Amino acid sequence: MTLQIYEHDVIIVGAGGAGLSAAISAAEQGVDVGVVCKSLLGKAHTVMAEGGIAASLGNVVQDDDWRSHFLDTMKGGWGLNDPKMAEIHAMESPERVLDLERWGAVFDRTTDGRISQRNFGGHRYTRLAHVGDRTGLELIRTLQDKAVSLGIKVYMEYTITEILKDSTGKKMAGAFGYWRVTGLPVLFRAKKIILATGGSGMAYRVNSSSWEYTGDGPAMALRVGAELVDMAFVQFHPTGMVWPLSVKGTLVTEGVRGEGGVLKNSDGERFMFNYIPDAYVGSIADTEEEANRWAAGDASARPPPELLTRDVVARAILNEVVEGRGSEHGGAYLDIASQRPTEFILRKLPAMYHQFKELAGIDITKEPMEVAPTCHYMMGGIRVDPETQETCISGLYASGEAAGGLHGANRLGGNSLSDLLVFGNRAGIHAGETAQKMKSFPKIPEKHIESAIDHLSFPFNNTSSGEHPFQLRDELQTIMEEYVGIKRDEEGLNKGIKELQKLKSRTSNLVATGSPSYNAGWQTCFDLINLIDVSLAIAYSALERKESRGAHTRIDFPVPSDSLGKIKFIVSLSSDKFNISNVSIPTPRKELLSMIKKDQTKQKSGGKK
Amino acid sequence: MSTEINTSTTSESSPSVYPVNYTFRIFRGNDNTGEFINYEVAVEEGMVILDAILSIQENQDTELAVRWNCKSGRCGSCGMEINGMPKLACMTRLSDFDPKIPITVTPMKTFPVLKDLVSDVSWNYEVNKTIQPFTPNENSDFVYQQEDIERSREFRKCIECFLCQDVCHVIREHDKKDSFGGPRFFVRSAALHFHPEDTADRSEWLKEGQGGIGHCNITRCCTDVCPEHISITDNAIIPQKEYVVDNYYSIWGWIKKQFNK
Repeated sequence: MTLQIYEHDVIIVGAGGAGLSAAISAAEQGVDVGVVCKSLLGKAHTVMAEGGIAASLGNVVQDDDWRSHFLDTMKGGWGLNDPKMAEIHAMESPERVLDLERWGAVFDRTTDGRISQRNFGGHRYTRLAHVGDRTGLELIRTLQDKAVSLGIKVYMEYTITEILKDSTGKKMAGAFGYWRVTGLPVLFRAKKIILATGGSGMAYRVNSSSWEYTGDGPAMALRVGAELVDMAFVQFHPTGMVWPLSVKGTLVTEGVRGEGGVLKNSDGERFMFNYIPDAYVGSIADTEEEANRWAAGDASARPPPELLTRDVVARAILNEVVEGRGSEHGGAYLDIASQRPTEFILRKLPAMYHQFKELAGIDITKEPMEVAPTCHYMMGGIRVDPETQETCISGLYASGEAAGGLHGANRLGGNSLSDLLVFGNRAGIHAGETAQKMKSFPKIPEKHIESAIDHLSFPFNNTSSGEHPFQLRDELQTIMEEYVGIKRDEEGLNKGIKELQKLKSRTSNLVATGSPSYNAGWQTCFDLINLIDVSLAIAYSALERKESRGAHTRIDFPVPSDSLGKIKFIVSLSSDKFNISNVSIPTPRKELLSMIKKDQTKQKSGGKK
Repeated sequence: MSTEINTSTTSESSPSVYPVNYTFRIFRGNDNTGEFINYEVAVEEGMVILDAILSIQENQDTELAVRWNCKSGRCGSCGMEINGMPKLACMTRLSDFDPKIPITVTPMKTFPVLKDLVSDVSWNYEVNKTIQPFTPNENSDFVYQQEDIERSREFRKCIECFLCQDVCHVIREHDKKDSFGGPRFFVRSAALHFHPEDTADRSEWLKEGQGGIGHCNITRCCTDVCPEHISITDNAIIPQKEYVVDNYYSIWGWIKKQFNK
């Protein structure tokens, strides 16, 4: 096979919001940038983001500022967030949203002509800059056009299978993979590489992901010696579609609740009032009457419990179903039809209207939607320096969903789009600046390249009696749903790990047939190798975290533990063995710490905001 | 080609008991060579064309090539031709088809076929590069009202599925790829033109450049196939044709051009 070689100062793997933000800011440092993406440009998961970008612009509620956003993020993450990242994120997100506007994004407006904002779960103020319920489309198109105007080279439909290091084994030196169109191998030599590959939702059967969300970045980084952090925390978005079966898991934006939608069980009861956690008692409406006043715009009313954080709402829906109060197809009813006029719903939630009308034959302006939890987001990811986004492997960066640390135990809605803008930008700047100073490209030992090429063809060399990739993926999803899903315990996790290890040992027998050109079976072999490594990292971390916190629920340890609330678990790999260690979470600086304490007392006493 | 084409679009012939077997005649091959292969799929209630194709890929033929991502009409990756009609496979429900008649699935015909149902759409990305990007006034404060953006909003819904490009006869039949931008890019230039802060004049691109909007004789096929229901012809193309006329053939346009020389 002929090896195609490309060289760029900075290579970015992934062309979603984080990858494109990084590409733009790296290019602005004056270096040559290449973006490598698994699909076509503009099709990454960011395009599916609906609700909005969290940024304390203060356009709707003037009192909002980065401090409140920081506090909400830390509280939503159950204090497990990296405080430095949470601070940077809250401080820089307004400026990043304004960047988008300057580059041509058209956000919904306030009556005084500025960027409008909407309510979302866990955000005390009206905070999410949005474009109807198509915010992701606007974001990715704006970044895409900006990147094109800067002349950034984009390699579409390439799969990266390995990160290659230099001869010292300490520094990143390139990325290896193949062009999916021909199946031919390709090597990207680079001075710096930024992994912006997104999450790994395909590990679960019910998910809001496409086929390409297979944990490539975290798995490849792990295999070259980088560390993963917070891997136990997998976000199950409370509102995925449940019917028809073929769209089970497809996302229903939190914006439906943000715009006034309510959750009901089969008895017609707004059950979320029964699930307000201690930390939020006092800051959430406790009667329907107050919640209705809030929805009508009464600033003295507290927000409804439907806007509690995603971990809380997901568990509540699951519980209603388990206790026999579920909807017809095993979910809850999400009802905006009875709360808002048709014209309002069509203007604020056009994509949701379209989606339900065309895929489920349901008119959301007249009928309730049926929703249930769906695997949506990885809080955990590659461990990075909070300021530069560099991993412990020199020259290798990560940002966006592929990186971990910012969101702690649970991510607030809207904090993902701001995360990828803020930290994509930071990774790009740092990688660009440092690449600028490097005179030459790192050297990759020939034998590493040769073995990477050899590895590509292994599924074609296996006999037909080997493992079927789609069948193996199905088994993986069964294991993850059963043992590493929303509710976990020690026995199940131990079983799950055993099963995953067995699955991992079977990957070397994966079989592909035919030509390598656009071969879905062959592609799935490499996706699976990554998915299984990430799944193991999730399972080991979940086993180690003997408490319930945020998105991680252990039925054998149902409450949060004070001591575990001070540490993060780190996963690393040495000679194919998973190691779990822990680090203490850095104490926030003094000003922030006293802010957090003051806020806790204020909210406990029932004081609003 | 089979002489019997499944054209049912009403639910009268749709099944009431599931699963039900459907036959899919799928194009397998590339630009040079290819054939139709029949696949049987047991279809469950609510399934769309893409579900059936993915089921074939997973259970019958792992080499079958199809391009897809979001599976909810957001990303525009799975454009193909279903019984000859350009459609998104993820938004085309099988209950609209009669199970007794095979459903023919082919790649977008206007572009080179890479493999099976996957076309080479890279030409579109090249056209995009020729359009002058968003160009705001340097001193702009970006204060504008909701009503100022209503007009451009429709164009910003475009998911770049390229179905409009596929159906457009200027590209499909006359192959004017060297001098014509196609409906997708008239939508993009309209999105920029109607942006309240944009200051650029793209009439030259529209008339003499890659846009070549004069080639369009408003057959409205693009509007018919748009999965986002954008009124491409009436709201993007006709106003920009008028814009070209104003800039090139009116007295004011002539004077403006003399000043800009």
